[in-house]
Amino acid sequence: MRDIVATGNLVEVESVNFSYDRLQVLKNINLVVPKGKVVAIMGLSGCGKTTLLRLIGAALVPDEGEIRVAGRAVNRLGDEELFALRRKMGMLFQFGALFTDMSSFDNVAFPLREHTRMPEPLIRDLVLMKLHAVGLRGAAQLTPAELSGGMARRVALARTIALDPMLVMYDEPFTGLDPISLGVISQLIRKLNDSLGATSIVVTHDVAEALELVDYVYYMSDGKVEFHGLPEQVRAAGLPSLHQFVYGEPDGPVPFHYPAAEYGQDLLAR
Amino acid sequence: MMTRKELDLWVGIFAAIGIGAMLFLSLKVANLATFTNSDSYQIKAKFDNIGGLKVRAPVKSAGVVVGRVGEITFDNQTFEAVVTMNIGAKYEFPKDTSAKILTSGLLGEQYIGLTPGGDSVNLKSGDTIKLTQSAVVLENLIGQFLYNKAAEGDAKK
Amino acid sequence: MTARVLELLRALGGRLINNWVWRLGFATRFLWLTLKESGTSFRRFHLTIREIYFAGVLSLIIILVSGLFVGMVLGLQGYDTLVRYGSSEALGVLVSLSLVRELGPVVAGLLFASRAGSAITAEIGLMKATEQLSAMEMMAVDPIARVVAPRFWGGVISMPLLAALFSAMGVFGGYLVGVRLIGVDEGSFWSQMQAAVDFREDIVNGVIKSLVFGVAVTWIAVFEGYDAPPTAEGVSGATTRTVVTSSLAILALDFVLTALMFRGT
Repeated sequence: MRDIVATGNLVEVESVNFSYDRLQVLKNINLVVPKGKVVAIMGLSGCGKTTLLRLIGAALVPDEGEIRVAGRAVNRLGDEELFALRRKMGMLFQFGALFTDMSSFDNVAFPLREHTRMPEPLIRDLVLMKLHAVGLRGAAQLTPAELSGGMARRVALARTIALDPMLVMYDEPFTGLDPISLGVISQLIRKLNDSLGATSIVVTHDVAEALELVDYVYYMSDGKVEFHGLPEQVRAAGLPSLHQFVYGEPDGPVPFHYPAAEYGQDLLAR
Repeated sequence: MMTRKELDLWVGIFAAIGIGAMLFLSLKVANLATFTNSDSYQIKAKFDNIGGLKVRAPVKSAGVVVGRVGEITFDNQTFEAVVTMNIGAKYEFPKDTSAKILTSGLLGEQYIGLTPGGDSVNLKSGDTIKLTQSAVVLENLIGQFLYNKAAEGDAKK
Repeated sequence: MTARVLELLRALGGRLINNWVWRLGFATRFLWLTLKESGTSFRRFHLTIREIYFAGVLSLIIILVSGLFVGMVLGLQGYDTLVRYGSSEALGVLVSLSLVRELGPVVAGLLFASRAGSAITAEIGLMKATEQLSAMEMMAVDPIARVVAPRFWGGVISMPLLAALFSAMGVFGGYLVGVRLIGVDEGSFWSQMQAAVDFREDIVNGVIKSLVFGVAVTWIAVFEGYDAPPTAEGVSGATTRTVVTSSLAILALDFVLTALMFRGT
């Protein structure tokens, strides 16, 4: 945190603990996201990154600690204030989470129709602009069932930025995409962040793409922040678990073999 | 993907035929069209035995339905059955009308038959019919028949 | 030996409490939330209209056809029995009373539960599994107000209409078989029916029954969908539970309502 020139932090996570039933998922997390930057939260599956995202979006409440977005403690807001804050946050879910019973156009128009009283012609223009920004203005009348995975995710992205949010969160945006779609999404994240003047948090385990894209990286393992720094620092990381993660080594601190009895004994046993 | 107009049309049709079905049931199947309470008045009649008379049984005069049985209660002082009838407002009967409990067919439902008298004054709402004839109870009839037969047999001896 | 039996009873009791009683409490709170958030369903009535279409209009075919067949069978069976006592003119009475008092609300309710109820559960369950409900929450739109409540009211509004249509088709079916096919006197058919079926006692009670069934079935359907585990097996299990629980609820409620309403005329 002392490595970035702080222009003011949009999101601050302080000493957060969180458990699902008995399983402690997050242990004493401290994290800041400066305004205007694209920050990645990386780690293996199950390390708690999606949970952290949900906590920032106030879909979950931490057991201990505080989460501040734009200076407001998110976990202590009343319903009305939370409502107002959520309109300034956008979240892109892993597979888009488009509403399957309406067209792409209606999906992007959804937040506009629900939260504003804009007349239909104005909504129409805005929706087409957002779809144009993600390159899918021509697909406006298609339903989610008729879109490919990559296209669905781009429409969902258009929906996420429909109200010009100040914070955009991405839950595994690169999962399951072909190389072209990957490049497109990656570029869009950066372009939209900068043109909207927003701040972005990208949760992912796609190392290559993330290191190319983001300004700062947090690496999580087993519910804790094990490392954080600039992308170059991550590439050069000496930390063994981080090294294994970044370079995709099959064996290291995360072992190749699932814990089992001794090989010879297992084979010879009756 | 249906447009709003198409949806509205179908739902409108659905609601229309649904309500139509309810109207059909109320008017053609049930008896809503006949005898709503507003245009009927009440007459009472007391019987020693009402037999199988039920509430909602018809009240007929000259074979035409002029009303329905409204309520059946028991008078604990005189130990008689008190039947309250709802008669259509357009039918007026003289004060000395008699009421009989009759059976439709041989073993059918029981109803009340009104036979008018000759009085010039008509029954008003709340009046009681003085002349009544109770229902014929089958067991009594059989008992009577057997008794008569037995008496005949004795007389012949 | 007794220790094992005790253990079994304890486990059974635990599961009973955990699964049933706890879930019932949760379901009741959920119903309360749905009712509380119903404002949107009526202020933006087109949302509810859409659900009336999916629950009611799409059930029309099965309801009308089933009603017709049930009525026709009642006509056949009824005539067969009545003619032995020389009371075949009472066929209209038999058909109409059976339908309006019992078969209309109950059978229409069962059909509704299996067609529309399961569809509602599957839809909501899938929306949950594909994170559409979470996405809505993140967009500060209450999924209960926007997704659940309109479906609830769509079901409740559709049910009495469907039951009435079922009964009407049934009476028509009984008429077709009795009067047209077998030759029961048309006049007696209708006049005896009109004499026997009372608006308040029979028709209105039948409507009340169908409303109660509508509430029960739709409540179960939306709850199971909302509570379904977000997996394929989860949604399929929830759909099955909807149909089974709704059907049992209809039959049980039917007994209670019949006992209350028709205590020997």
